[in-house]
Amino acid sequence: MAQAISPPEVLDDKAPGRDRYSSDAAGLGRLRAGVFVAPALLLIAAFLVFPALWVLYLGLTNYRLTGAAAAEPRFVGLDNFLDAIANPTFWNSTWLTVQFVLGSAVIGQVVLGFTIAWLLRDRRGPLKRLVEGLVILAWILPSAVVSFLWVALLDRDGGTLNALLGIPGFPWLLDHPMLSIIIFNTWRGTAFSMMLYGAALGNVPPSHLESARLAGASGWQQLRDVVFPHIRGHILTNLLLISLWTFNDFSPFLLTAGGPDGRSEVLAVHVYKVALQSGELGYGAAVSTIILLINLVVAVFYLRLLRSKK
Amino acid sequence: MTPRFVLGRIGFYTLIAVLLAFFTIPLLWLVTAPFTSDPTYEVRWPDFTWENFQAVVEHPYALPSLWNSLVLSVGTALLVVVMAALAAYALSRVRLPGRDALLYALLLLSSIITGTAAMVPLFQLAVELNLIDSQLGLILILTGGLLPAAIFMLKDFMDSTPKSYEESARVFGASPLQIVRHVVVPLVRPGLATIAVWAIANVWGNFLMPYLLLSDVEKQPAAVITYTLYTEGGQANLRMLSTFGLLYSVPVVLMYLFVSKKYGFRFHGGIKR
Repeated sequence: MAQAISPPEVLDDKAPGRDRYSSDAAGLGRLRAGVFVAPALLLIAAFLVFPALWVLYLGLTNYRLTGAAAAEPRFVGLDNFLDAIANPTFWNSTWLTVQFVLGSAVIGQVVLGFTIAWLLRDRRGPLKRLVEGLVILAWILPSAVVSFLWVALLDRDGGTLNALLGIPGFPWLLDHPMLSIIIFNTWRGTAFSMMLYGAALGNVPPSHLESARLAGASGWQQLRDVVFPHIRGHILTNLLLISLWTFNDFSPFLLTAGGPDGRSEVLAVHVYKVALQSGELGYGAAVSTIILLINLVVAVFYLRLLRSKK
Repeated sequence: MTPRFVLGRIGFYTLIAVLLAFFTIPLLWLVTAPFTSDPTYEVRWPDFTWENFQAVVEHPYALPSLWNSLVLSVGTALLVVVMAALAAYALSRVRLPGRDALLYALLLLSSIITGTAAMVPLFQLAVELNLIDSQLGLILILTGGLLPAAIFMLKDFMDSTPKSYEESARVFGASPLQIVRHVVVPLVRPGLATIAVWAIANVWGNFLMPYLLLSDVEKQPAAVITYTLYTEGGQANLRMLSTFGLLYSVPVVLMYLFVSKKYGFRFHGGIKR
């Protein structure tokens, strides 16, 4: 942050054409551009980049919330990572996270989002607005509220779902915690896919569909041979983004708190439980590092895709 | 009117009906229970009482927590908009060395460093810097997380605005800050509004960060109070919870309606979460 504005440069600025640094439109000059960018970069460095680097270090220590290791954490090398690999709870959480991402993002949101966009593709008017409005509503409502709505809906004794299905006493959240959070996350997250596919379908040339129809292609053949090849890039973008979001989603904690007996403890909840409830910050940081690395891989794929499109 | 066409119509409306049910049923409780004098988990026709709202008003932490949510989200949005606008403007107009690499790195960082990945170091950082229970501290942390995406979106926006106005303003002797305030800001106002709304919606719904960093119940936002209301004491107070949940939800719904009316609801990659 060494870039201060020197007085002569401020004066120069009043006289057009005498900017010593560049001939850009606003007469900013590189130094002053640096000053404009600096506050944002400072905050990003302090609260985004530094924590990410710090978590890499913390994962290599035996840092704890309480006790001797709280005051003076010791460097323990890769012990935490070896502990994680040997820990069945970690593998349980990893497997549950795979189910969560595959179930609610890859299958749930993509299929449902595309289906809605496809059904409403040629429509205008109130029906389209109603369906889209409800799907978007599910997306914008605060997660603390919607997770509770699902707790109420799925409640064993008084819940609306059991009343509708006529099966009072069926314990959705206790017997099928993963299914519950998968359906919940599908419900909550479909809006993004729906909007993305809605926009993508608008770009499929109607003439291609028309000629496929004239050639006698069935609905499914039109989808397979015309629509899907055309929106392949959108599907891939969609898959990568929502997988990333779902992978990092903490809201299963609000619905089931990871329970019962860790049967819905996805990695996001696992980190919270081991690090901030049990106080094993070093171990939690090691798991966070693994999450960071997986995020990095997915994000690099995503950015490559974006670049290749431009 | 071939049979195939009729079947197709029936299939279409059946599917739409199922979809509508799936998306509506969970919401029904939120709009009926607050007006029911003794709500259960089941959706019932309300008897239209206002008593539950009375209970929310009298609750010591309910309304203050909505105020806290407002402070956090508006505070964050202001910081994000001002800082992102300055940064995006400079990055759009001046060819700084390594600019493209910087933008690429920013976008990458913002998508991989999430609350889940960074909760341990952020918690420790807040402890070390004495920012636990500090709303300003939380605002700074949230701002740091939202800035990269905001800069990226705004830079795209600014790249597409003409530079000729700025050049003529400069000929008349306006300073860079004056140019930003009087020429650039009016031009990119829709972009700034988008970023502001995006930031407000993000913070308004955020649960994890305030839950981690604010332990003082008087400083907690509505997200955390909602969670407390249904875990506290084993038995959830459904009257309180449903009514408070509704009050907490209304502002984002209104904001969405306003935005979609005024700008047409478009979304930009990376919104929410």
